[in-house]
Amino acid sequence: MKDPIKESLLKKSVSAKRETRGKIISFSFTAVIVVLVVTIIGFVASRGLIIFFKDGVNPIDFLTHSVWSPKKLDSAGHPLLGAAPMIVGSFAVTVIAALIGTPFAIAAAIFMTEISPKWGRKILHPVIELLVGIPSVVYGFIGLTIVVPFVRNISGGSGFGILAGSFVLFVMILPTITSMSVDALRSVPRYYREASLALGATRWQTISKVILRSATPGILTAVVFGMSRAFGEALAVQMVIGNAMLLPQNLVSPSSTLTSVLTMNMGNTTLGSTANNALWSLALLLLLMSLVFNFVIRAIAKRGEF
Amino acid sequence: MVEAEKVLTSSDVHLFYGKKEALKGVNLDFNKNEITALIGPSGCGKSTYLRCLNRMNDLIPDVTITGNIALNGKNIYAPNIDTVELRKQVGMVFQQPNPFPFSIYDNVVYGLRLAGIKDKATLDEAVETSLRNAAVWDTVKDKLNDSALSLSGGQQQRVCIARVLAVKPDIILLDEPTSALDPISSSQIENMLLTLKDKYTIIIVTHNMQQASRVSEKTAFFLNGELIEFNDTKNIFLNPREKQTEDYISGKFG
Repeated sequence: MKDPIKESLLKKSVSAKRETRGKIISFSFTAVIVVLVVTIIGFVASRGLIIFFKDGVNPIDFLTHSVWSPKKLDSAGHPLLGAAPMIVGSFAVTVIAALIGTPFAIAAAIFMTEISPKWGRKILHPVIELLVGIPSVVYGFIGLTIVVPFVRNISGGSGFGILAGSFVLFVMILPTITSMSVDALRSVPRYYREASLALGATRWQTISKVILRSATPGILTAVVFGMSRAFGEALAVQMVIGNAMLLPQNLVSPSSTLTSVLTMNMGNTTLGSTANNALWSLALLLLLMSLVFNFVIRAIAKRGEF
Repeated sequence: MVEAEKVLTSSDVHLFYGKKEALKGVNLDFNKNEITALIGPSGCGKSTYLRCLNRMNDLIPDVTITGNIALNGKNIYAPNIDTVELRKQVGMVFQQPNPFPFSIYDNVVYGLRLAGIKDKATLDEAVETSLRNAAVWDTVKDKLNDSALSLSGGQQQRVCIARVLAVKPDIILLDEPTSALDPISSSQIENMLLTLKDKYTIIIVTHNMQQASRVSEKTAFFLNGELIEFNDTKNIFLNPREKQTEDYISGKFG
């Protein structure tokens, strides 16, 4: 005999079915993303490691030597693949851009959150959003037409180089660092401000001693985020850096970055050749660096919890 | 009986949030070295009134305050008043313990460092005295460099009180300082307040009528932005003059 109550309890309800369906859908989409990421990393690694395993390039030489000419062989018969110029170039433009950009970004963020939130919301915020949206080729073009001649006039030489690259990157990462710093400052609880003011602090003392200090992990994260963007930026940098695969002599000598070498050369090498595989090694290096940036961001976030 | 010294006086204080009148003409004076409790149901204006006394309401946009509040005879809303100096004299403890995310030591010396004091011995001494006065020295003396956020709520609140004491204010305002704490922490803070009143004038907003009756000499009962009754605490609780006070005390509303 059928018991209708038992039946209805044992049967899956409509909402339970919907829940399962929802879970399956979101799981499968997530799975696709995970698979994609894993394949990309796997592919880059499989290509990028060839020069070390097949051609016998010493990884340490790869990182420290400064001659990059895949077609020539050294005395031991390994191709000459020294990525040091690009590594130095990448780090130089990234660090300099962050060093110039951070004070501006923090100042702008303080202005927008603490000093004049109204102006910040009405004018600065849209401006910054606009800056984020400008395609990097436009930045590069502006850099090429304005920054490079400017550097040339000041320092002589061609004007192409790390200084021009850093300057273009500084403008590009400024909005990133600013808007993330704004978030960090906004998330400082209001009661810290109140407590500080109630103890007889001026507004500036409150900003510098409490708000900035509490927001430091967030601001650091913003800076690292900006750096990782600068490190990975290809087009704009490539347009102004001069693309000479030489160890940079100074800030205004033509040099190159990992990304600029990739964009310049990927069309000029045949798949499977040593030159092509060497580019994959650079790509792998870029990937690893962005991983490092991610770890740094996580580490900061963890420490910031106090 | 000698007339007690009035350290803080207020007359006809009105406060508007935009157009809404939150305080409707409050006249209230506070005696030196006494604890005064402000009681009343939520939204009656007692906290708002308290925040007038160190001009914390200035931080809220669209607030208008009229009337006269004078500290030692000086109008604190006069144009030449420095709110920074005022807030050093009139310290405030908030409802939620709000230590900065720094070490306990840095929290306590915050106000002193603002004043430019750098001498280590002075700071050390101030930390010990303030934490002792706030009855939390024994618990934290071995971990002054730990984050203040690692303490329990009651300990945090006492560190916050120590932070205020370190600035050596004349008056301490407490805005429901124990409402977020457990009963044991609350009673520790009450006991501490009783030891502090020799040196300070204390004004405490509280939801808890037992607390008001335990710690205060004077009690002011607020309702709908008005001061209904102000008297010795004993009289308020035993012989309230006003019907509304009696109803509130006996729990008919609130």
